[in-house]
Amino acid sequence: MGRERLERYSLIGAENQAAVAAGLAGGDWFRSAVPRKRMKELMRRSDYPAIRDTAVWLGLILLLAGLGSALWLVWHSWWAVPFLLAYGILYGSTSDSRWHESGHGTAFKTRWIDESLYQLASFMIMRDPTTWRWSHTRHHTDTLVVGRDPEIAVMRPARLARLLANLIGLVDVPVAFWLMFRHAGGRLTAEEADYVPASERRKVYRTARVHLAIYTLTIAAAIGFRSWLPVVLVGGPRFYGACLFYVYGFTQHAGLGENVLDHRLNTRTVKMCFVNRFLYWNMNYHVEHHMFPMVPYYRLPELHEEISRDCAPPYPSLWAAYKEIIPAIVRQLKDQEYYVRRELLPGAAPFNEPAPINDGRALPLATATAA
Amino acid sequence: MAQWIAACAAEDIDPEDVIPFTRDGSDYAIYRSPDDGYYATGGHCTHEKTLLCDGLVMDGVIECPKHNGRFDYTSGKALGAPVLVDIRTYPVKVMDGTVYIDVQG
Repeated sequence: MGRERLERYSLIGAENQAAVAAGLAGGDWFRSAVPRKRMKELMRRSDYPAIRDTAVWLGLILLLAGLGSALWLVWHSWWAVPFLLAYGILYGSTSDSRWHESGHGTAFKTRWIDESLYQLASFMIMRDPTTWRWSHTRHHTDTLVVGRDPEIAVMRPARLARLLANLIGLVDVPVAFWLMFRHAGGRLTAEEADYVPASERRKVYRTARVHLAIYTLTIAAAIGFRSWLPVVLVGGPRFYGACLFYVYGFTQHAGLGENVLDHRLNTRTVKMCFVNRFLYWNMNYHVEHHMFPMVPYYRLPELHEEISRDCAPPYPSLWAAYKEIIPAIVRQLKDQEYYVRRELLPGAAPFNEPAPINDGRALPLATATAA
Repeated sequence: MAQWIAACAAEDIDPEDVIPFTRDGSDYAIYRSPDDGYYATGGHCTHEKTLLCDGLVMDGVIECPKHNGRFDYTSGKALGAPVLVDIRTYPVKVMDGTVYIDVQG
């Protein structure tokens, strides 16, 4: 049963066509009513907050890399390890949120700055900037629609060994290199071909060649200098610094409803401390982001206040979120119809469930339609 | 042949903003630039059928509220992924405080 259920997530399987036929693809999603004037204020963007935050972020990365490298190369000290570990987490985990915000084009007002950060963060997180732009576009169109969304991180049943191995990048990094070689050879996967238009594919091939060239130089430097340091600084963080990326990322959708048309049923907002919100660039306000992707990360707390009347209470902490996520994932190993269904506040707009198939269980579409 | 339709009052649109207009089942988006120029495009993004009137107008560009696809609303030119197809534009004129669009334009 579990294996059959997992196969439904393929974008090139029957579930994709069934989702389209059932009207789940490109559906009309719920959005809270926000006056146009207020929404314009919230969407308005400025370069200053993201330049400030990016300068701090890049400054910390360079500082930690410099201190760690100096301690290792000059003093041969193991005190290099905590500095390089912190460097690795900033590189291998927090590049995800920079990738995300700049990918939406909302972080900066000036386009070339936004695009520059997007290219840099894509390299750091080992994602092709073009395929992942289209993948994320589909994720926003068909969030957690089985057979349509290429970014469902925790399926039903969860692939636990894969999820745990990925805390140190043991699956995603080899897959990223496999894709880089494939792209450099001028080929997409069948799944990528489902969402990347033909006119965009040359960019994919060109970028893969550039990324591979950088990694080749890095390995050559490591061999030439007989030192691990080049690999520790470039590419390596995607292994040893990746854990926080997944710890944050699983909070977004894991254990929640599938095949719904209401982000309040498939997305979490988690309250985080200042440090985590800086590292995650406010992606913890994820219901808000999915409902209104035009709002830049630095205005999401205000958007949260604006629409909180319509939403379930946010999770007060990462710990509170995981107290729900882990039991839900464990239960879904045996019961793939189970999902966490939040209670809305009194007076909130009711959940948008226009058809029985939108109830969150993600039953096989033919069965659900017949019922 | 031109078919000018009264769409709205000029004051109905704030500077650097957009409003929707529907006629005979077709949706349009009508824009007012910061220097009080008026423009019109099709109402939906060419990427997916999202109404542009909920998007962000900034520096001569309309951004789709769903995926942030960007168009130059003065020319209809698509400015990059995920929008790859230009959007249709319509001639606009303002007479006696009323905005007219040529839906055949």
